Amino acid sequence: MNESKNNVPAANIGGHKLKNDLVFIAVLLLAVVLVGLGIYFLRGEGDSVTVTVDGRLYGVYSLSEDLTLDIRTGDDGEERNLLIIKDGKAYVQSATCPDGICASHKPISREGESIVCLPNRVVITVTTEQKDDAPDVVV
Amino acid sequence: MKNTVKKTALLGLFAALAIVFAYIEVLLPPIFTAVPGIKLGLPNIVIVFVLYRAGLGEAAAVSLVRILAVSLLFGNFASFAYSVAGAVLSLGAMALLKRLNFLSTVGVSVAGGVLHNVGQILVAMLLLGTAELGYYLIVLAMTGTLSGILVGICGGIAVLRVPAKYI
Repeated sequence: MNESKNNVPAANIGGHKLKNDLVFIAVLLLAVVLVGLGIYFLRGEGDSVTVTVDGRLYGVYSLSEDLTLDIRTGDDGEERNLLIIKDGKAYVQSATCPDGICASHKPISREGESIVCLPNRVVITVTTEQKDDAPDVVV
Repeated sequence: MKNTVKKTALLGLFAALAIVFAYIEVLLPPIFTAVPGIKLGLPNIVIVFVLYRAGLGEAAAVSLVRILAVSLLFGNFASFAYSVAGAVLSLGAMALLKRLNFLSTVGVSVAGGVLHNVGQILVAMLLLGTAELGYYLIVLAMTGTLSGILVGICGGIAVLRVPAKYI
Protein backbone atom coordinates (compact mmCIF):
# COMPACT_ATOMS: atom_id res chain seq x y z
CA MET A 1 0.00 0.00 0.00
CA ASN A 2 2.88 2.32 0.86
CA GLU A 3 4.48 1.42 -2.42
CA SER A 4 1.40 2.38 -4.40
CA LYS A 5 1.05 5.65 -2.49
CA ASN A 6 4.66 6.50 -3.19
CA ASN A 7 4.18 5.82 -6.86
CA VAL A 8 1.24 8.20 -7.11
CA PRO A 9 1.81 10.96 -4.56
CA ALA A 10 -0.66 13.24 -6.34
CA ALA A 11 -3.63 10.95 -5.73
CA ASN A 12 -4.08 11.61 -2.01
CA ILE A 13 -7.62 12.91 -2.07
CA GLY A 14 -8.74 14.72 1.05
CA GLY A 15 -5.15 14.93 2.28
CA HIS A 16 -2.94 18.00 2.47
CA LYS A 17 -3.93 18.93 -1.08
CA LEU A 18 -7.58 19.43 -0.12
CA LYS A 19 -7.08 23.16 0.36
CA ASN A 20 -5.31 23.44 -3.00
CA ASP A 21 -8.21 21.58 -4.59
CA LEU A 22 -10.79 23.91 -3.10
CA VAL A 23 -8.92 27.08 -4.05
CA PHE A 24 -8.32 25.74 -7.56
CA ILE A 25 -11.98 24.79 -8.05
CA ALA A 26 -13.13 28.22 -6.82
CA VAL A 27 -10.72 30.07 -9.14
CA LEU A 28 -11.64 27.86 -12.10
CA LEU A 29 -15.37 28.38 -11.54
CA LEU A 30 -14.94 32.12 -11.16
CA ALA A 31 -12.93 32.30 -14.40
CA VAL A 32 -15.50 30.29 -16.35
CA VAL A 33 -18.42 32.32 -14.99
CA LEU A 34 -16.63 35.56 -15.95
CA VAL A 35 -15.96 34.26 -19.47
CA GLY A 36 -19.58 33.09 -19.74
CA LEU A 37 -20.90 36.48 -18.64
CA GLY A 38 -18.46 38.10 -21.07
CA ILE A 39 -19.81 36.03 -23.97
CA TYR A 40 -23.34 36.85 -22.90
CA PHE A 41 -22.87 40.62 -22.62
CA LEU A 42 -20.49 41.06 -25.55
CA ARG A 43 -22.98 39.38 -27.86
CA GLY A 44 -24.56 41.92 -30.14
CA GLU A 45 -28.16 43.03 -30.13
CA GLY A 46 -30.24 41.29 -32.78
CA ASP A 47 -32.52 43.18 -35.14
CA SER A 48 -35.44 40.71 -35.47
CA VAL A 49 -37.34 37.98 -33.72
CA THR A 50 -38.10 34.69 -35.45
CA VAL A 51 -41.22 32.89 -34.25
CA THR A 52 -41.60 29.16 -34.86
CA VAL A 53 -44.54 26.98 -33.90
CA ASP A 54 -44.00 23.23 -33.69
CA GLY A 55 -40.65 23.75 -35.44
CA ARG A 56 -42.27 25.47 -38.44
CA LEU A 57 -41.62 29.12 -39.25
CA TYR A 58 -44.50 31.34 -38.11
CA GLY A 59 -42.97 34.70 -38.97
CA VAL A 60 -40.00 37.09 -38.69
CA TYR A 61 -40.62 40.48 -37.10
CA SER A 62 -38.32 43.49 -36.88
CA LEU A 63 -37.35 44.67 -33.40
CA SER A 64 -37.12 48.28 -34.60
CA GLU A 65 -40.89 48.69 -34.95
CA ASP A 66 -43.31 48.31 -32.06
CA LEU A 67 -45.70 45.43 -32.61
CA THR A 68 -48.43 43.50 -30.84
CA LEU A 69 -48.84 40.00 -32.24
CA ASP A 70 -51.39 37.39 -31.26
CA ILE A 71 -49.70 34.04 -31.95
CA ARG A 72 -52.53 31.53 -32.38
CA THR A 73 -51.69 27.85 -32.19
CA GLY A 74 -53.42 24.57 -31.49
CA ASP A 75 -55.92 22.76 -33.71
CA ASP A 76 -58.35 25.66 -34.12
CA GLY A 77 -56.22 28.54 -32.89
CA GLU A 78 -57.49 28.35 -29.30
CA GLU A 79 -53.97 28.51 -27.82
CA ARG A 80 -52.59 32.03 -27.77
CA ASN A 81 -49.38 33.86 -26.87
CA LEU A 82 -49.42 37.65 -26.99
CA LEU A 83 -46.02 38.81 -28.28
CA ILE A 84 -45.14 42.48 -27.71
CA ILE A 85 -42.24 44.28 -29.38
CA LYS A 86 -41.52 47.58 -27.70
CA ASP A 87 -38.38 49.76 -27.56
CA GLY A 88 -36.31 47.16 -29.41
CA LYS A 89 -37.15 44.35 -26.98
CA ALA A 90 -39.56 41.45 -27.33
CA TYR A 91 -41.59 39.80 -24.58
CA VAL A 92 -44.70 37.70 -24.10
CA GLN A 93 -47.36 39.69 -22.26
CA SER A 94 -49.89 36.93 -21.72
CA ALA A 95 -50.48 33.36 -22.75
CA THR A 96 -53.09 30.64 -22.44
CA CYS A 97 -50.53 28.02 -21.44
CA PRO A 98 -50.94 26.63 -17.90
CA ASP A 99 -47.47 27.40 -16.54
CA GLY A 100 -47.06 30.95 -17.89
CA ILE A 101 -43.26 30.60 -17.92
CA CYS A 102 -43.06 32.43 -21.26
CA ALA A 103 -45.02 35.39 -19.89
CA SER A 104 -42.70 35.75 -16.89
CA HIS A 105 -39.52 35.64 -19.07
CA LYS A 106 -37.61 38.91 -19.17
CA PRO A 107 -37.67 40.93 -22.45
CA ILE A 108 -35.13 39.65 -25.00
CA SER A 109 -33.01 41.60 -27.48
CA ARG A 110 -29.58 39.96 -27.66
CA GLU A 111 -28.82 37.68 -30.57
CA GLY A 112 -29.60 34.06 -29.75
CA GLU A 113 -31.80 34.79 -26.72
CA SER A 114 -35.13 33.02 -26.81
CA ILE A 115 -38.45 32.67 -25.08
CA VAL A 116 -39.92 29.20 -25.23
CA CYS A 117 -43.53 28.24 -24.53
CA LEU A 118 -43.39 24.47 -24.29
CA PRO A 119 -47.15 23.81 -23.87
CA ASN A 120 -47.98 25.78 -27.05
CA ARG A 121 -44.73 24.71 -28.77
CA VAL A 122 -43.91 28.34 -29.55
CA VAL A 123 -40.25 29.43 -29.78
CA ILE A 124 -39.35 33.11 -30.11
CA THR A 125 -35.65 33.71 -30.90
CA VAL A 126 -33.74 36.94 -31.48
CA THR A 127 -31.96 36.82 -34.84
CA THR A 128 -30.00 39.17 -37.07
CA GLU A 129 -31.51 39.44 -40.54
CA GLN A 130 -29.64 42.52 -41.74
CA LYS A 131 -25.93 41.75 -41.60
CA ASP A 132 -23.87 44.76 -40.63
CA ASP A 133 -20.83 46.00 -42.55
CA ALA A 134 -18.33 43.91 -40.60
CA PRO A 135 -16.74 41.20 -42.78
CA ASP A 136 -17.55 37.57 -41.96
CA VAL A 137 -13.93 36.51 -42.44
CA VAL A 138 -10.79 38.58 -42.20
CA VAL A 139 -8.18 37.12 -44.55
CA MET B 1 3.55 -1.89 -17.40
CA LYS B 2 6.73 -3.57 -18.63
CA ASN B 3 5.42 -6.02 -21.13
CA THR B 4 3.83 -4.66 -24.31
CA VAL B 5 1.36 -7.50 -24.76
CA LYS B 6 0.15 -7.23 -21.18
CA LYS B 7 -0.07 -3.47 -21.52
CA THR B 8 -2.09 -3.65 -24.74
CA ALA B 9 -4.47 -6.17 -23.22
CA LEU B 10 -4.92 -4.10 -20.07
CA LEU B 11 -5.53 -0.89 -22.01
CA GLY B 12 -8.11 -2.74 -24.12
CA LEU B 13 -9.77 -3.82 -20.89
CA PHE B 14 -9.83 -0.21 -19.64
CA ALA B 15 -11.27 0.98 -22.97
CA ALA B 16 -14.01 -1.65 -22.63
CA LEU B 17 -14.70 -0.50 -19.07
CA ALA B 18 -14.93 3.13 -20.24
CA ILE B 19 -17.39 2.10 -23.00
CA VAL B 20 -19.53 0.24 -20.45
CA PHE B 21 -19.56 3.34 -18.21
CA ALA B 22 -20.61 5.45 -21.22
CA TYR B 23 -23.39 2.93 -21.91
CA ILE B 24 -24.61 3.11 -18.30
CA GLU B 25 -24.76 6.89 -18.74
CA VAL B 26 -26.88 6.53 -21.89
CA LEU B 27 -29.33 4.40 -19.87
CA LEU B 28 -29.70 6.98 -17.11
CA PRO B 29 -32.53 9.49 -17.59
CA PRO B 30 -31.41 13.01 -18.54
CA ILE B 31 -30.85 15.11 -15.41
CA PHE B 32 -31.88 18.47 -16.82
CA THR B 33 -33.16 18.39 -20.40
CA ALA B 34 -33.11 22.18 -20.93
CA VAL B 35 -29.32 22.16 -21.24
CA PRO B 36 -27.88 19.37 -23.40
CA GLY B 37 -24.41 18.12 -22.55
CA ILE B 38 -24.85 17.52 -18.83
CA LYS B 39 -23.38 14.15 -18.01
CA LEU B 40 -21.92 12.38 -15.01
CA GLY B 41 -18.73 11.66 -16.94
CA LEU B 42 -18.37 8.15 -15.51
CA PRO B 43 -15.91 7.06 -18.27
CA ASN B 44 -13.59 9.75 -16.98
CA ILE B 45 -13.03 7.63 -13.85
CA VAL B 46 -11.23 5.16 -16.11
CA ILE B 47 -9.33 7.93 -17.89
CA VAL B 48 -8.17 9.46 -14.57
CA PHE B 49 -7.08 6.03 -13.35
CA VAL B 50 -5.10 5.26 -16.54
CA LEU B 51 -3.57 8.75 -16.56
CA TYR B 52 -2.24 8.29 -13.01
CA ARG B 53 -1.25 4.65 -13.31
CA ALA B 54 0.10 4.53 -16.86
CA GLY B 55 0.50 7.98 -18.42
CA LEU B 56 -0.80 10.53 -20.87
CA GLY B 57 -0.23 8.46 -24.04
CA GLU B 58 -2.07 5.47 -22.61
CA ALA B 59 -4.94 7.63 -21.32
CA ALA B 60 -5.24 9.32 -24.73
CA ALA B 61 -5.35 5.93 -26.48
CA VAL B 62 -8.07 4.60 -24.16
CA SER B 63 -10.01 7.85 -24.54
CA LEU B 64 -9.84 7.76 -28.36
CA VAL B 65 -11.00 4.13 -28.56
CA ARG B 66 -13.79 4.94 -26.11
CA ILE B 67 -15.00 7.96 -28.12
CA LEU B 68 -14.85 6.11 -31.46
CA ALA B 69 -16.80 3.14 -30.11
CA VAL B 70 -19.39 5.22 -28.24
CA SER B 71 -19.94 7.56 -31.21
CA LEU B 72 -20.43 4.60 -33.55
CA LEU B 73 -22.79 2.86 -31.13
CA PHE B 74 -24.90 5.73 -29.74
CA GLY B 75 -23.90 8.94 -31.47
CA ASN B 76 -23.41 10.74 -34.75
CA PHE B 77 -20.77 13.00 -36.27
CA ALA B 78 -21.73 15.95 -34.09
CA SER B 79 -21.39 13.96 -30.87
CA PHE B 80 -18.02 12.66 -32.12
CA ALA B 81 -16.78 16.21 -32.76
CA TYR B 82 -18.04 17.37 -29.35
CA SER B 83 -16.40 14.43 -27.58
CA VAL B 84 -13.03 14.76 -29.31
CA ALA B 85 -12.80 18.50 -28.63
CA GLY B 86 -13.81 17.91 -25.02
CA ALA B 87 -11.41 15.01 -24.55
CA VAL B 88 -8.38 16.82 -26.02
CA LEU B 89 -8.82 19.87 -23.78
CA SER B 90 -9.75 17.76 -20.77
CA LEU B 91 -6.82 15.35 -21.06
CA GLY B 92 -4.38 18.15 -21.80
CA ALA B 93 -5.44 20.05 -18.68
CA MET B 94 -5.41 16.94 -16.48
CA ALA B 95 -1.95 15.86 -17.67
CA LEU B 96 -0.54 19.35 -17.08
CA LEU B 97 -2.07 19.65 -13.59
CA LYS B 98 -0.95 16.15 -12.66
CA ARG B 99 2.59 17.03 -13.66
CA LEU B 100 2.51 20.28 -11.63
CA ASN B 101 1.51 18.05 -8.70
CA PHE B 102 -0.22 20.55 -6.43
CA LEU B 103 -3.74 19.06 -6.69
CA SER B 104 -5.23 15.69 -5.78
CA THR B 105 -7.20 13.66 -8.30
CA VAL B 106 -10.28 15.67 -7.28
CA GLY B 107 -8.86 19.01 -8.44
CA VAL B 108 -7.37 17.39 -11.54
CA SER B 109 -10.61 15.74 -12.58
CA VAL B 110 -12.67 18.89 -11.88
CA ALA B 111 -10.37 20.69 -14.33
CA GLY B 112 -10.90 17.79 -16.74
CA GLY B 113 -14.68 17.93 -16.38
CA VAL B 114 -14.94 21.71 -16.80
CA LEU B 115 -12.46 21.79 -19.72
CA HIS B 116 -14.42 18.96 -21.37
CA ASN B 117 -17.46 21.24 -21.35
CA VAL B 118 -15.42 24.22 -22.57
CA GLY B 119 -14.32 22.09 -25.55
CA GLN B 120 -17.95 21.22 -26.28
CA ILE B 121 -18.95 24.88 -26.17
CA LEU B 122 -16.13 25.79 -28.57
CA VAL B 123 -17.37 23.17 -31.06
CA ALA B 124 -20.94 24.40 -30.58
CA MET B 125 -19.75 27.92 -31.41
CA LEU B 126 -18.25 26.58 -34.65
CA LEU B 127 -21.22 24.38 -35.60
CA LEU B 128 -24.12 26.58 -34.50
CA GLY B 129 -22.81 30.13 -34.41
CA THR B 130 -24.51 32.24 -31.79
CA ALA B 131 -26.78 30.58 -29.27
CA GLU B 132 -27.14 31.01 -25.53
CA LEU B 133 -23.54 29.93 -25.25
CA GLY B 134 -22.46 32.12 -22.36
CA TYR B 135 -25.34 30.86 -20.26
CA TYR B 136 -24.59 27.27 -21.34
CA LEU B 137 -20.97 27.65 -20.35
CA ILE B 138 -21.90 28.75 -16.83
CA VAL B 139 -24.40 25.93 -16.30
CA LEU B 140 -22.05 23.31 -17.77
CA ALA B 141 -19.15 24.59 -15.65
CA MET B 142 -21.24 24.12 -12.48
CA THR B 143 -22.35 20.60 -13.40
CA GLY B 144 -18.86 19.77 -14.72
CA THR B 145 -17.45 20.73 -11.33
CA LEU B 146 -19.91 18.51 -9.46
CA SER B 147 -19.30 15.51 -11.70
CA GLY B 148 -15.55 16.23 -11.64
CA ILE B 149 -15.54 16.00 -7.83
CA LEU B 150 -17.40 12.67 -7.99
CA VAL B 151 -15.09 11.31 -10.69
CA GLY B 152 -12.01 12.57 -8.86
CA ILE B 153 -13.01 10.81 -5.63
CA CYS B 154 -13.80 7.54 -7.44
CA GLY B 155 -10.65 7.74 -9.57
CA GLY B 156 -8.49 8.64 -6.58
CA ILE B 157 -9.84 5.72 -4.54
CA ALA B 158 -9.19 3.38 -7.47
CA VAL B 159 -5.61 4.66 -7.85
CA LEU B 160 -4.96 4.15 -4.12
CA ARG B 161 -6.69 0.77 -3.81
CA VAL B 162 -5.40 -1.02 -6.91
CA PRO B 163 -1.78 -1.89 -6.11
CA ALA B 164 0.80 -0.96 -8.74
CA LYS B 165 1.94 -4.57 -9.08
CA TYR B 166 -1.27 -5.49 -10.89
CA ILE B 167 -0.65 -2.97 -13.65
